[in-house]
Amino acid sequence: MELLYFGDKGWGDELFFATLMTIAVSITAMIIGFIFAALFTPLKLSNNKFLNSIGNAYTTVIRGVPELLVIYLFFFGGSGAIMFVASIFGYNDYIEINAFLTGSFSIGIISGAYSTEVFRGALQSIDKGQFEAAKVLGFNKYIYFFKIILPQMLRLAIPNLSNVWQITLKDTSLISVTGLVEIMRQSYIAAGSTRDPLFFYSFAAVLYLMLTFLSMQLLNRLETKYSKGY
Amino acid sequence: MDIELMINSFPKLLNATLITLKLLSVSLILGLFIGLGFAILRMNNNKLINKFAYGYSYIFRGTPLLVQIFIIYFGLGQIEYLRTTFLWVVLKEPYWCAIIAFSLNTGAYTSEILRSAFQTIKPGYLEAGRSLGIPSKIIFTKIQIPIAIKQSLPAYGNEIILMLKGTSLASTVTLMDLTGVAKYIISTTFKPVEVFIVAGGIYLFMTFIIHNVIRYLEKKYGFQT
Repeated sequence: MELLYFGDKGWGDELFFATLMTIAVSITAMIIGFIFAALFTPLKLSNNKFLNSIGNAYTTVIRGVPELLVIYLFFFGGSGAIMFVASIFGYNDYIEINAFLTGSFSIGIISGAYSTEVFRGALQSIDKGQFEAAKVLGFNKYIYFFKIILPQMLRLAIPNLSNVWQITLKDTSLISVTGLVEIMRQSYIAAGSTRDPLFFYSFAAVLYLMLTFLSMQLLNRLETKYSKGY
Repeated sequence: MDIELMINSFPKLLNATLITLKLLSVSLILGLFIGLGFAILRMNNNKLINKFAYGYSYIFRGTPLLVQIFIIYFGLGQIEYLRTTFLWVVLKEPYWCAIIAFSLNTGAYTSEILRSAFQTIKPGYLEAGRSLGIPSKIIFTKIQIPIAIKQSLPAYGNEIILMLKGTSLASTVTLMDLTGVAKYIISTTFKPVEVFIVAGGIYLFMTFIIHNVIRYLEKKYGFQT
């Protein structure tokens, strides 16, 4: 138990901040995922064949390729791509991008593919009459989307989005390979310096279980709140 | 775009695909047995057994696969007692550690899939079997299991694809599977995009095949209760 003391003696404080880091990366990735989903869901529902195939390519490729491979692509390719863009503007020094940003971005792209599928499913299961009624009543585009379609869509999407959250939270463990100090990386460091991997990895498992358990409680509450009929 | 690198790395990556497929198939088969076992335990009326099976699937579904591999590969070797038993022959090999972790993980998901499949079987089928005087063991193997397999095919297909992606984590315990070799080539050539296209293409091809095989099976055996 001494291993978990706060301060210099134990790893308690390090693991605490690592847990906060995991939460921060998960939330950032989830938000980036929503941005991607907001961009690609209309493409997937579009009648234009070209736009449609772009949307399908995104979800198929990301959901069919291992997360680790996507992370390696951004980890090794990210700074190269940014340096290439910078060199166009005449900046030739080495640019290293922040591990937090690369991590959140790569997990965000993955989580976005799942969110896109969730939003697409939710939008498609809204009754067609709702769209037609909103149009016939002559609401402007803002009310049409934010007051009529979005509330109905969210209600259908929340149960599945909590699955996406679970996947995203667990996927953040993979960005430990890029050196970002979250739960997994911190446990790896602690296990290495104390030669007690069994304890630290088991403790990491407990931390993840706590995170999934607590977030599930919260999301279930949200779900019951929004699943009330209108 | 370095086309030459893509062509040169293709055979190496294809070779590594064999390890990925081996990991996938062995852990899926073991995981199916584990999943079936725990699904049966989940339907047991004894509360303790039921809780145990639920706890198993909760823990393995609530933690990242990476943690599970690390506990088994790095953690278990620390227990002195294990080093003296025959288990150590298995546990010192990263290959078997990965397989144990994958099987336990997919076993947890499979048990949930099978459980819900068993629960959706209409009671009429079992009653019909019983009233015909069929022993309950045969009702289970000849009526419940075939229906449950049909029911769970779509969800199990997803699980196979998730597991295919999961095998990429074997590269974190020094195994040179498809992702491991891809990472090696990326870190020696610094051409991530080209390697990603080839390795990702191989993965996509495999998911495509799995997807279509499952769809064919679904059509063949019909999705009805």
